[in-house]
Amino acid sequence: MSAGNLTRRKIYDRASRVVFLLATLLGVAALGILLYRILSDGLGWLDWQFISSFASRFPEKAGILSALFGSLWIIGITAPVAFILGIGTALYLEEYAKKGWFTNLIQVNINNLAGVPSIVFGILGLGLFVEGFLFGRTILSGALTMALLVLPIIVVASQEAIRSVPQHLRNASYALGASKWQTIRGVVIPAAFPSILTGFILALSRAIGETAPLIVVGAVTFIAFVPSSPLDQFTVLPIQIYSWTSKPQDEFRAIAAAGIIVLLIVLFTLNATAVYLRNKYQKRY
Amino acid sequence: MKKLGSLMLALSLAGSILAGCGSNSATSAPSSNGATGSTGGTEATTPAADNKTASNLSGTVKVDGSSTVFPITEAAAEEFQIANPGVQVTVGVSGTGGGFKKFAAGETDISNASRPIKEKEAAAAKEKGIDFVEIPVAYDGISVVVSKENSFVDKLTVDELKKIWEPDSKVKTWKDVRPEWPAEEIKLYGPGTDSGTFEYFTEAIVGEAKKSRPDYTASEDDNVLVQGIAGDKNSLGYFGYAYFEENADKLKLVPIDNGDGNAVTPTFDTIKDGTYKPLARPIFIYANKKSLEKPEVKEFVKFYLENAPELVKSVFYVPLTDDKYKESLAKIQ
Repeated sequence: MSAGNLTRRKIYDRASRVVFLLATLLGVAALGILLYRILSDGLGWLDWQFISSFASRFPEKAGILSALFGSLWIIGITAPVAFILGIGTALYLEEYAKKGWFTNLIQVNINNLAGVPSIVFGILGLGLFVEGFLFGRTILSGALTMALLVLPIIVVASQEAIRSVPQHLRNASYALGASKWQTIRGVVIPAAFPSILTGFILALSRAIGETAPLIVVGAVTFIAFVPSSPLDQFTVLPIQIYSWTSKPQDEFRAIAAAGIIVLLIVLFTLNATAVYLRNKYQKRY
Repeated sequence: MKKLGSLMLALSLAGSILAGCGSNSATSAPSSNGATGSTGGTEATTPAADNKTASNLSGTVKVDGSSTVFPITEAAAEEFQIANPGVQVTVGVSGTGGGFKKFAAGETDISNASRPIKEKEAAAAKEKGIDFVEIPVAYDGISVVVSKENSFVDKLTVDELKKIWEPDSKVKTWKDVRPEWPAEEIKLYGPGTDSGTFEYFTEAIVGEAKKSRPDYTASEDDNVLVQGIAGDKNSLGYFGYAYFEENADKLKLVPIDNGDGNAVTPTFDTIKDGTYKPLARPIFIYANKKSLEKPEVKEFVKFYLENAPELVKSVFYVPLTDDKYKESLAKIQ
C-alpha cells in the first residue's frame, strides 16, 4: 500500500512539472505569435522615411514622427516627476511617519489608487491640470496625469523595497554616528534601489501604453509638427496606432504594425536601460 | 549615492535634450515634409501646388469632432500644413457630440460633425458668445452590405430594412424578410450606439434616431464589421461607403428601394446626385466666426473648400457639387 502511495506521489510530481511548464510555454507562445505577426506585417514598412515623416492619408507617405516625439515628451516629464514624488512618499511613510491612524489612512488610499481605472485618472487630470491649473490640453497636462497614474505603483513598490532593507544595516549606520538622513541616503536607498527600479520600470511601461487618460486630457489624433515645448498639443504612439487600424485601406494595418514595432523598441530600450542600472547597483550592494 | 545623483541628472538631462531636439526638428521637419509633398504621390501634389504663394502664415488651427469627418479634415490639414509650414493644425477625434462640447467652450476653431448641430448644442455655443458657420464638406452614403457569397439578396426596400432593424423586430431568418429567401438565420452587424452613422441610419430607416434592435454585433471599428460580414454568407450590415470601396472584393452592395420600386446602388454618382435615398447624408464642419477672423483659420477653411473635391475623393468620400463649395466660400469671405 505504501508502494502504491509512493508511485502516486511520483506521478503527481511529474504531472505538476508538466502543468507548470505548459503554463510557462503558453505565455511565451502568445508573445512569440504576437511578435511574429507584428514583425511579418510591419517590418516591410519600417524605414527611415516612416520614422521621419508625419502622419498622412497616403500609406506610402505615412510616418510616426509626431507620435514618437509626443510619447518621448510624455515619458520625459512623467518619469522624473513620478520617480521623485514616488520615492519621497515611500521614504516618508517607511522611515519618518509614525505608525498610526493617519499613516494607515494614507496607506489604504495609496493601495486603492493603484487599483483605480486609468480613465478616472484622465478625468482627474482634465479637472485638475487642464481646467484647474489652466495648463490646457497640452503635453504638460498629459504627463502630469500620467505621473499621478503611475505614482501609486511606484510608491507601493518602493515601500516594499525599503521595508526589505534589514534593520541591522540601519543600526550599524546609526552606531557609527550617522544621522537619519545620512542613513537613508547612504544605506537605505542604495540597498533598496534595485527593487525600486523594478517597480519604476513596470510603472513606466504602463505609462507608455496608456491611451484612455490622454484622450480625455485632450491628445489629438492628427498632428503634423513636432512639439517643441511642454505647452504644445500632442499625440502619442498608441493613439496613432489605433487611428491607423481603423482606416479603411489594408495597407494601414501593416503601417499600424510598423508603429507597434516602434512602440516596442521604445519600451524595450527604456526597460533595458533600467535593467542595466539595476544590475549595476545590485553588484555593489 | 553619487550614482543616484547622476541618475537624476541623467533623467533631467534627457528631458532637456528632448526639448532641444523637439525645437530642432520643428524647424527642420516642415521643410523635409514640403519636399516629400512636391515629389510624392501625384494626388498629393495637386492641392499643395495650388497654394504655392501663401506660407507666411503662423498660428494654430484646432479642430476636433466626428470620426467620420476626420479623414477629410486630416487630408486638408496634411496638405495645408505642407503649403503653410508656419501654421500648426491639429485634428482630434472626440465624436460629433464631444467635438461640439469643446467647440461651445471655445476650445476649438472648427468642429467636425457627421450630423447637423442640435438646438441644444447651438444654444450652448450661443450662451458662450460663440457664433458659427455651418459648412457641408461631403456626402457619406451609408452602405448596406452582405457577403460576396450571398446569391439571393438582389435588393432591399426601406420597409424590409425597417422590419429587420426596428427595436422589437421579429425577423430571425432571411425567410422572415421575404418568403422566397432561405430559412437561414441572419447575422447582423452595425456600428456602436455612439456613432453618427448609427444615429443617421436608425433615423432614416426605423424613423427614430438611436432606436434599433439590440441583438446585433456592434463595433466602433468599421474594419471589424467588414471582417464579420465578409466571413459569413448569412450576414447583413451597414457602414460608411468608404469602407465598402476599400473592400469591394469581399462584400456585395445591396441596392436600396426607397418605396418607389426603383432600387439604387450607392456609387459616387448616385450619392452625389441624391438618387441614393434615404441613406446618403451630408457631413459638415462648423467654424467659429471669431476664429475665422484669424487669417490662419480663414485660410485653412478656404484651402479646405477650394481643394475639397480632390481631398474628399482621395479618402473615398463623395464630394458635393462645385456650386455648393462656392456657396460656402462666399459665406466665409
